[in-house]
Amino acid sequence: MNGLRSRRIESVIEAVGNTPLVRLRRVTKNAPDIKVYAKLEFTNPGGSVKDRAASRMMLDALADGRLTRDKILIDSTSGNTGVAYSIFGAALGIKVRLVMPSNVSKARKDIARAFGTEIIYSDPMEGSDGAIQFVRKLVAETPDPYFYPDQYSNPSNPLAHYLGTGKEILDCLGDEVTHFVAGLGTTGTMMGTARRLKEHHRPIQCIAVEPDDAFHGLEGLKHLPSSLVPAIYDPSLADETMRVSTESGWDMADALAREEGLHVGHSSGANIFAAVRIAEQLQREQKLGCIVAIVADRGDRYFAPLKWENRYAW
Amino acid sequence: MEVTVRIPTPLRTLTAGADEVSVLGETVGAALEALEAKHPGMRERLLDEKGVRRFINIYVGEEDVRFLEGLSTKLKAGDQLSIVPAIAGGAA
Repeated sequence: MNGLRSRRIESVIEAVGNTPLVRLRRVTKNAPDIKVYAKLEFTNPGGSVKDRAASRMMLDALADGRLTRDKILIDSTSGNTGVAYSIFGAALGIKVRLVMPSNVSKARKDIARAFGTEIIYSDPMEGSDGAIQFVRKLVAETPDPYFYPDQYSNPSNPLAHYLGTGKEILDCLGDEVTHFVAGLGTTGTMMGTARRLKEHHRPIQCIAVEPDDAFHGLEGLKHLPSSLVPAIYDPSLADETMRVSTESGWDMADALAREEGLHVGHSSGANIFAAVRIAEQLQREQKLGCIVAIVADRGDRYFAPLKWENRYAW
Repeated sequence: MEVTVRIPTPLRTLTAGADEVSVLGETVGAALEALEAKHPGMRERLLDEKGVRRFINIYVGEEDVRFLEGLSTKLKAGDQLSIVPAIAGGAA
């Protein structure tokens, strides 16, 4: 895998994927014999795992004519997918318009806008489901000018992970890997990666992470029992679901920054929290294990505003 | 002091679907206690031992109570409290 990051490329889109796996040593101190790797999706050009799905959805649609340069890409997003659409839209010469609840963090709105993206705000009280419904209504009323990728229903979303994330994990770790951990939002990361890992000749346990309550602070994750269930979701692909509290995710994100030098977002904190729990269980049972967990993005996307900024909705 | 509290979607299971609830209270803290009395389960979702949970913003009108006096922030009749999670969800 050496050399992948220093290769010559023609477009920023080609910089998506081939993210490194970093071994965690300190937050796993109670499971010293179990290997836990964080797959650093923040090394994608847009800074998050969503670069994979967004670029795949755009390239697949360009290839079969659903997306052309005279259309506007519109979708609902709580942020990272919007950043990804914005970057690749700029690179491909495609206009991007995003609908997001106004309480999405200010940093991400600013990043999307920097690429020339137009943002429409939906009611923060209605959350991401409100933004989804807003876009569906708009596109149903005036479909012609728009390409609506609909990341919750678009098979290119999990396909990006089937072809990318899952393959990369097997290429790096091969028969060693025993567990894969990812959070559920659109569910694309888990669906596509698990589908690929399940084809491997040795069993790999796939563990989905969900917030423990409908009212949570793990941005990017969905509490599926209380949400619109994504069309791409196939509950049979994950072997197990772990429910993680907001505080556990936030505390692990803090610990990763201080102890591992990884400043990650809260959903990634939840994923690593789940991975460490599994590692500790394997250690207690004196089993072997090699766990890969997704680090979806960096923590600086979630910095709270300063007092003077408090009039901004974020 | 009667104030209205705007309830976000994921907490409306506790209010039988109501998006607004009227409660009495002299301060934000008292209003939230009154909300808990009407709709049990609110307190544990909104507060922890240190005050408002880290991922939750409570606004009086347009002002985040973190930048006022927190749970001690005084209320006037007719004030509107909004409970806004600092997140939107749905993109992993």
